[in-house]
Amino acid sequence: MDNLQTLLEQALAAVAHADSVAGLDQVRVQYLGKKGEITGQLKTLGKLEPEARKAAGAEINQVKEQVQDAIRARQALLEAQALQQQLASEAIDVTLAGRSGVVGGLHPVSRTMERIESFFSSMGFQVVEGPEIEDDFHNFEALNIPGHHPARAMHDTFYFDATTLLRTHTSPVQVRTMESSAAPYRIICPGRVYRCDSDLTHTPMFHQVEGLLVDTDITFSDLKGILAEFLRDFFEKDLDVRFRPSYFPFTEPSAEMDIQCVMCDGHGCRVCSHTGWLEILGCGMVHPKVFEHVNVDSEKYTGFAFGMGVERLTMLRYGVNDLRLFFENDLKFLRQFQ
Amino acid sequence: MRFSEKWLREWVSPKLTTDELVAQITMAGLEVDSVEQVAGAFNGVVVAEIISAEPHPDASKLQVCKVDAGEAEPLQIVCGAANARPGIKVPCAKIGAVLPGDFKIKRAKLRGVESFGMLCAEQELGMAEASDGLMELPLDAPVGADIRTYLVLDDAAIEVDLTPNRGDCLGIAGLAREVGVLNGMDVTQCAQADVRQTIADTFPVTVEAKSQCPRYVGRVVRGVDLSRPTPIWMVERLRRSGIRSIDPVVDVTNYVLLELGQPMHAFDLNTLQGGICVRLAAEGEQLTLLDGQEIKLSPDTLLIADQSGPLAMAGVMGGEHSGVSGETRDLFLESAFFDPIAIAGKARSYGLHTDSSHRFERGVDFELQHHAMERATALLLEIVGGNAGPVIEVLSAENLPHLPSIQLRRDRIKRILGCDIAEIEVENILGRLGMDMVKTEQGWHIVPPSYRYDIRLEVDLIEELGRIHGYNNLPTTLPILEGLSPKREEALLPVSRIKQVLVDREYQEVITYSFVDKKYIELLTPDQPSVALANPISADMSEMRTTLWAGLLKTATYNLNRQQERLRLFETGLNFIKEGDELKQVDHLGGLIFGGVARESWFGKVRPVDFYDIKGDVEALLSLTGASEYTFEPGEHKALHPGQTAEVKRNGKTVGYVGALHPSVQKSLDISQKVYLFELVLSEIRCRSLPEFKELSKYPEVRRDFAVIVDEKISAAAILKNVRETAGSLLTNLVLFDVYQGANLEAGKKSIAFGITLQDSARTLQDDDINPIVDRVVVSLKETFNVTLRE
Repeated sequence: MDNLQTLLEQALAAVAHADSVAGLDQVRVQYLGKKGEITGQLKTLGKLEPEARKAAGAEINQVKEQVQDAIRARQALLEAQALQQQLASEAIDVTLAGRSGVVGGLHPVSRTMERIESFFSSMGFQVVEGPEIEDDFHNFEALNIPGHHPARAMHDTFYFDATTLLRTHTSPVQVRTMESSAAPYRIICPGRVYRCDSDLTHTPMFHQVEGLLVDTDITFSDLKGILAEFLRDFFEKDLDVRFRPSYFPFTEPSAEMDIQCVMCDGHGCRVCSHTGWLEILGCGMVHPKVFEHVNVDSEKYTGFAFGMGVERLTMLRYGVNDLRLFFENDLKFLRQFQ
Repeated sequence: MRFSEKWLREWVSPKLTTDELVAQITMAGLEVDSVEQVAGAFNGVVVAEIISAEPHPDASKLQVCKVDAGEAEPLQIVCGAANARPGIKVPCAKIGAVLPGDFKIKRAKLRGVESFGMLCAEQELGMAEASDGLMELPLDAPVGADIRTYLVLDDAAIEVDLTPNRGDCLGIAGLAREVGVLNGMDVTQCAQADVRQTIADTFPVTVEAKSQCPRYVGRVVRGVDLSRPTPIWMVERLRRSGIRSIDPVVDVTNYVLLELGQPMHAFDLNTLQGGICVRLAAEGEQLTLLDGQEIKLSPDTLLIADQSGPLAMAGVMGGEHSGVSGETRDLFLESAFFDPIAIAGKARSYGLHTDSSHRFERGVDFELQHHAMERATALLLEIVGGNAGPVIEVLSAENLPHLPSIQLRRDRIKRILGCDIAEIEVENILGRLGMDMVKTEQGWHIVPPSYRYDIRLEVDLIEELGRIHGYNNLPTTLPILEGLSPKREEALLPVSRIKQVLVDREYQEVITYSFVDKKYIELLTPDQPSVALANPISADMSEMRTTLWAGLLKTATYNLNRQQERLRLFETGLNFIKEGDELKQVDHLGGLIFGGVARESWFGKVRPVDFYDIKGDVEALLSLTGASEYTFEPGEHKALHPGQTAEVKRNGKTVGYVGALHPSVQKSLDISQKVYLFELVLSEIRCRSLPEFKELSKYPEVRRDFAVIVDEKISAAAILKNVRETAGSLLTNLVLFDVYQGANLEAGKKSIAFGITLQDSARTLQDDDINPIVDRVVVSLKETFNVTLRE
């Protein structure tokens, strides 16, 4: 028995000294393997009397379990240490940039158009598009702007020939929609428009969104309501708005809509020429002559139309101070709108 | 129109400050663009007379003046102005005066001579941008009088940006009428005149173009003295309205134009031959205008002519030859009504725009001509003397504009404006606006005044009601919108989704002009006829684009010149494609990539992009609508590298191209590295089928890999297509995982490795099922492409 006790002490000491999982396994084999020293003790039992065999067997098994426990504990410890080491060796600089973690971006004008479209879509307006090379009829005549009309001078038009031109507004899309379908109408027409003008505050191409709402019971008060709601949504501010009488050949009554300056909250600044107000869009009730051109009964239907410049809204929303930047497409500019 | 506030207030002066008045008319639809003081802020400046002017002893350009400024003793003032001379009256800033810019006048010594004040030019008083000498005042100006009071300088010049419908406000009288309406005030008629006819002289007038000139009023005035100056008050009013004083006759016609809105013209009577004839130009006629321009007249141009030929372009500009000059003694004055349609667009067609054409094309009050003639004659007689003959009038009453009788229905007011306006208010507003009114059962019958060309329909009256009542006093409501909900088609992919794929793949959207330099069209689509603008802004914006690559390449160049080393750009928009006589405007999506495949970073060298990078982006786009419907085939495009061009087809139909920019095009555009491009027809890549659910198989998949050696000219797509067809319905996936060329392979051959995945929905596949498929695939490849299996 003394022998067994010595063996136990030797085994436990060997376990405690094992400094790797592999070394520990060698210790296990040495003591507990098939030919191990403790396993060998069991083989001596056969020589004993049954009574003594039982007691000695229990004693050996106890020693065996003690060694097994020690090995397990040591193994857990060694494994934990090994994991620690592995983890420590695998540490990296997590502040370095990841791979291809960048995205591009939409053009700021597109971004604004999407916001405008999203508002009016939620109000039930359908987005409609049309050609950019237009004929005189759809761009002018049908909108109550005959050839001699002084308003033509306000549209510096690009021509291809006497009757073909680049549309000066997206209103021809309204005409086309009314020509090809029956009232009521609830549409917006976004797109590129062109005017033969290029200086600090004009580019020969820009973007408009025009809208048209025609139904049996639409009034100027509705026009005021919907547009005020739109601008509050667009600027996410409870803005003051006002409507000034104006003139467009295709609407009557016509109005310019002003909003409280978004730069200075109406206190007066350079952007609003110290008036506290910004001219933001033109609008009005559809002119009976326009209805006449597209065979809509102006006794039965009334409606309003409006048109806004997308670049202007974008400039006001994001504080852009130079219109020409939009079409230079300098990446340093465009990336500011990601 | 620019006008003096003081002048307006002579006609009507509501108890409003300048700011309040400006706000009021702006909100009534007469938008004020600017308000400027007519002189700078200064004080201590008086009218003074130069008594003597002697040369300065030590400075050749200076004079030493003795000046009577209304004080006991004359002042000695050193002055550098060339026009300083004895006898003239000028503004004099005395010691202690403060000129604009807070410039204080003190006693000074100029080159040793003492100076007790400063004689002023208009510029120094903030009355002009530039001056070339002292401001000379009328000889009757009272010496010692404060110049601000004498010239009424506490006044503002108000610039109002009138819309084309409000021609009636292009004169002080019309503006006053409007201000009167807005404030409920009567207007003083300041321009009444009754001329005493002292001679019987007339001049023959015939009007051939009766419909274009329904009323022509003329008058002979003899014995005028044009050496007399225009009075300072008139010069000042003209100046404040933006018009320079020329001579008393021109000044008077301009004054009446500003005051009443009636353009007038004065001829030198002694240059006229025979008589005045108002007619249309004949083919080939020419006219030298007042400004010296020689004009070839088109036959639809309305003329004032005499026996010798054209004298003036009616309603636009007078001619040089018949104009008033310093020698003129006798005048023929014209005050006509020309039909707006006859004048509209005429001036513009000759590249002209005058105060006269501006008014006539918007519509001049056709009842105004007599009144204007009387007013102008009275002013002239007062200023230049002379004797007036009787008024000559040629009238074609049937051609005068017809004043409409408009029905205004009570209920219609509410239907348009959204609220009722009380009857009493309606009548009050329309009455103040000068409308004739008769009450009817439904509302009123209205006849507008002769100066309101913009009132023709019921809605025009309703607008007036809204305008004067105040748009901002109308209710604000949100309509209840029912019934119409926008069409939303799931099978039609929104463009925003397509854009999003590109944005997520690091592309930046750009928006470029739809018109481009012709050089891009010639380089990129030389075989494609394009359309050119008749009046482009410049040559590099003259041709409508046929491909989005034009703008993308221009943008690329722009950014590469600004140190960008890597680009991923896209644009959507129309291309303008001529097919025979037809012009197609087709929405496209185009992209461009250049530079490294990724941003420069720490994890190693970044390789440059190649064809398969851009193709991968295109495949990602196409996968939105069903990758399997699209094929990429070797293609041809003039802008692209012949060996790196794929034609993209959807179910056999061409939908676009992807490839490398042709090296010679790249060289012409001076781009240093390879550029890759794609362009797709947007409408062709937006429609998609809705997903259709298929039962998932519970049985395992089996994969078999192959490596075959094949002639290098055989395309991967051909091999895969063959495999797909022969493998049959159990094929669930086919992947090409290796392409190899080089060592161990015969020249001209390549090795292609691919794996097929098979699965049955009803059972587990056994070797007996799989082997025949494998054999079939191999046999077919051998037969079709003469492949050998790689060991």
